[in-house]
Amino acid sequence: MSKILIIAEHASGQLNPSTAKCLTAAKQMGASAIDIAVFAAEPAAVAAQAATLDGVSRVLTIANAANANALAAVLAPQVVALAANYTHVLGPSTTFGKDLLPRVAALLGEAQVSDIMKVLGSHSFQRPIYAGNAIITVEAPQQRKLVATVRNASFAATGNGAATAPIEAASVTAELPTHTRFVELQAGAKDRPDLQTASRVVSGGRALGSSENFNVIYALADKLGAGVGASRAAVDAGYVPSDMQVGQTGKIIAPELYVAIGISGAIQHLTGIKDAGTIVAINKDGEAPIFEVADFGLVGDLFKVVPEIEALL
Amino acid sequence: MKILVAYKRVVDYNVRIQVKPDGSGVVTDGVKLSPNPFDDIALEEALRLREKGVATEVIVATIAPADAQAHLRNGLAMGANRAIHVTTDRPLQPLTAARALLKLVEKEQPGLVILGKQAIDDDCSQTGQMLAALWGKAQATSASKVEVNGNTVRVTREVDAGLEVLDVDLPAVISTDLRLNEPRFIKLPDIMKAKSKPMETIALDALGIESGDHLKTTQFAPPAKRSKGVMVKDAAELVAALKSKGLL
Repeated sequence: MSKILIIAEHASGQLNPSTAKCLTAAKQMGASAIDIAVFAAEPAAVAAQAATLDGVSRVLTIANAANANALAAVLAPQVVALAANYTHVLGPSTTFGKDLLPRVAALLGEAQVSDIMKVLGSHSFQRPIYAGNAIITVEAPQQRKLVATVRNASFAATGNGAATAPIEAASVTAELPTHTRFVELQAGAKDRPDLQTASRVVSGGRALGSSENFNVIYALADKLGAGVGASRAAVDAGYVPSDMQVGQTGKIIAPELYVAIGISGAIQHLTGIKDAGTIVAINKDGEAPIFEVADFGLVGDLFKVVPEIEALL
Repeated sequence: MKILVAYKRVVDYNVRIQVKPDGSGVVTDGVKLSPNPFDDIALEEALRLREKGVATEVIVATIAPADAQAHLRNGLAMGANRAIHVTTDRPLQPLTAARALLKLVEKEQPGLVILGKQAIDDDCSQTGQMLAALWGKAQATSASKVEVNGNTVRVTREVDAGLEVLDVDLPAVISTDLRLNEPRFIKLPDIMKAKSKPMETIALDALGIESGDHLKTTQFAPPAKRSKGVMVKDAAELVAALKSKGLL
């Protein structure tokens, strides 16, 4: 049986939902134990949240001032020290997990399975390649430790369980490097639902034409209680910050409702939304590829149609 | 300071990827091959650091079959000083690639290694982090801004929450995101000049590394397709349709 260690992602005392999604994937691997490790300066609050998740065996806290910010180079040797007791080490396929897990894998001398989208067995998975244009089945050797990242959009988050898992302080012996120092995080305004976890997302594309015009998107999103995303073209044009980019090289999301406005539907954008429940596309070009994947398509001028929709809500 | 740029050759991003009917791979016969776009950005950044006087030499390296010389000439035409071609006929997994790159790093002693945050073929996003780990040096992934100040680099990283700023001591590994720069176009005279630039060839087997290709790909499949839905004529019809599905 597998013994699985999940590295928790968190910020400002809040557990990121990506951790509960990793847990869902871990449970499908036939584990005898699933522990969640919380690396932080003060891990108590995050550990308490992790302990309520259904199916967690233990929550391990690694309190260290050096863990105040998630620096891959600082965390990796500590994860390696903990990993000795586990068959699997998992993290989310977010910018946090993508930065950390390969560093862990290399220190362990192991390969890594990136972006697990389906669990077929304890060592057998599906993952996307070529921007999701092909799906491969990957077999990892049973006798080796498995290091992997789990694609957020492919797994529902595990909810709270009946019991609370024990929280234990773990001591790890590892030499921590000083070559990497956190300076600051320039975070965007967080007055809207988080793009990666929102059940509704409204995105705008190049057709918006300016950052001022993006107010059309924000207004509809606020009416819907939706997160706001953007195409790569809109980000490259400087209309919105890069953390709003949806697509293969931005965020891969799976909301229940996705509304693409003025987005033509480049393949790299479609890769980021294909797990969405319902896709709505509004575009003035009836030939735009976005209509090939949209459940509902509307050809029209977004500056006319979107306010009309908003007025009907 | 030398900069080593890992410069992978991949199927061109404009090619529509087709999975072979027998599920044994994707069709690569006769398709256009190009530098990994993120690696082009890496090379551009290295060249700009040389133009600013921060770096003295830019080396492009690839691990690829013998016919990848033209690919490296492309990197030389863009402006790299010289090229290293590690030859192998089989595609490598990231751990093996990182071990091979470490051998080049040990030989060349670069102050900085720059490479794409992922290759657009396997989309693994691992090699840079693995190299930094094996080398025991700092890493800064998904860079959108790079400023070298003496022995430290201030790197702005594109992360899910926004932009994270790190200071990393040199030597270090930096992986590039899309918005770091726009790679220059290659001019004809540069293509001519590239022909006389040095290119070193080393067989992968001669590097004496242990293979890290632990994973086996047993099947390739096309992605599940979303079917085309319905077209609505106006805002009212759209809102009604979404309401009837319980989405509003």
